[in-house]
Amino acid sequence: MKSKDCNMIFAGFGGQGILFSGKVMAYAGLIDDKEVSWLPSYGPEMRGGTANCSVCISDEPVGSPLVVAPDVLVVMNKPSYDKFIDSVVPGGKVFVDSSLVELTGEKRKDIEIYELPATKLSNEEHLEGIANMILLGKMADKVGIVPMEAVLKAVEKCVPARKAHLLEHNKRAIELGANYAD
Amino acid sequence: MGKGAERVLMKGNEALAEAAIQAGCRHFFGYPITPQTELSAYMSRQMPKVGGIYLQAESEIAAINMVLGAASAGLRVMTSSSSPGISLKTEGISYLAGSDLPCLIVDIMRAGPGLGGIQPAQGDYNQVTKAPGHGDFHILVFAPSSVQEMVDLVFLAFDRAEEYRVPAMILGDGLLGQMMEPLVFPERKEEGRKKPWATTGHQNSRPKNIVNSLYLKANLLEEKNRERQQRYEKIIENEQRSEEYLTEDAEIVVVAYGASARIARSAVNSAREKGIKAGLFRPITLWPYPKKALGALGEKVKQFLCVEMSMGQMVDDVKLSTSCKVPVAFFGRCGGIIPTPQEVLAEIEKLAGR
Repeated sequence: MKSKDCNMIFAGFGGQGILFSGKVMAYAGLIDDKEVSWLPSYGPEMRGGTANCSVCISDEPVGSPLVVAPDVLVVMNKPSYDKFIDSVVPGGKVFVDSSLVELTGEKRKDIEIYELPATKLSNEEHLEGIANMILLGKMADKVGIVPMEAVLKAVEKCVPARKAHLLEHNKRAIELGANYAD
Repeated sequence: MGKGAERVLMKGNEALAEAAIQAGCRHFFGYPITPQTELSAYMSRQMPKVGGIYLQAESEIAAINMVLGAASAGLRVMTSSSSPGISLKTEGISYLAGSDLPCLIVDIMRAGPGLGGIQPAQGDYNQVTKAPGHGDFHILVFAPSSVQEMVDLVFLAFDRAEEYRVPAMILGDGLLGQMMEPLVFPERKEEGRKKPWATTGHQNSRPKNIVNSLYLKANLLEEKNRERQQRYEKIIENEQRSEEYLTEDAEIVVVAYGASARIARSAVNSAREKGIKAGLFRPITLWPYPKKALGALGEKVKQFLCVEMSMGQMVDDVKLSTSCKVPVAFFGRCGGIIPTPQEVLAEIEKLAGR
């Protein structure tokens, strides 16, 4: 990974907030005055099954918004882990919701894999349904491509007005993830 | 792009819709189809708020004929669809052209032929630039390659369509329509041009206007076509648009438009890092094709590489623009596959003898 750009894939089941996580990250890049792009999968998979999105954050204009070799992978289900794990560039970082994904077999040694029981934590902390934000918090903290304040500000941009009451929950989830011990 | 607080993040489809509203479009007729649906959905939400009309027609054919009706009355009007839907609209587009009516048509291309697939492609190039319907006519075709440019070209497309009294098209694809990117909306400007030809009702205060494409007398129809041809000549003279990137000293120049041009640009950057003198020529108008600029470039480069999400539909236009003086290689993916910068780089390296 060049220090000036970061290509990410967020992947999981539809309904887990995968596209939303990516959108928050893209907005964080925008707030931090970076060039950004966000591209969702919109194929048959979004009509039930897996969802994913590509996010690029860079100092330069973004070329292809489709990420094929991610620096960062955030996964919330096993099919997505299996699909994308080999495409992560050496030295890349992977963030897994270990409540939902059981990693079996040999793990790649040339990348950093962070396993976080995000769904379990969300249930314990009364943050049901936003395990995605816990995982995002961990990722944003470890990757550091944008400052955490930008991520928290981005949530304000992305949570729609009719769900404003969930804003604090989302922020708390991000902070919980960021501060969760490795 | 200017940096600052006014940058917003929007999907290409939604940005097209918002730009049209800001450009004074108050009439939208469409029929949903992936991957342009967010455009229609945005219009359905926003048009009522600005006192405009959003109407989901019973079919694409109905929608384009509603466009014809509204355009006849001199209104800024728009429709959008994706490849199979554009095929259905072609009859109406021909009638619009034959009636000398301005309008904006958006095509967010998907893979074909037939129902094809819903992933991005550029397989409508020949259709929209060569034969967007039956008869002797052309439409303006603009090919943005970023969400910002989608916005900018909406304003330009409406203005030029009205100036020349021709339909205009914005040709995007599923990648540009679905992706979000930062953008800045230009200063708001409303519709300006007077349309003395419009059928607006006149209480017998002037001779009546007739909007029509039927001319049963051959000499009259030929005269009509000749007059229209003169406007096309003016368009070809004045409206060619393109962008060049790192072409000053380039030996190998990639020619690509729309989403393919973004990918090609990344590949050109990588080629430069490897010491290959590569550049990019990006047509912004596909009709009129930027022949003047590409022809001039053809005088000084050794090799062109056409990169498309099709099987090579633009190659002939590159050859014609350069009078076949320079070899034109081709690399393309289709079926909904987006070429990667690595694949394009590999082609550049091959041509450079690496």
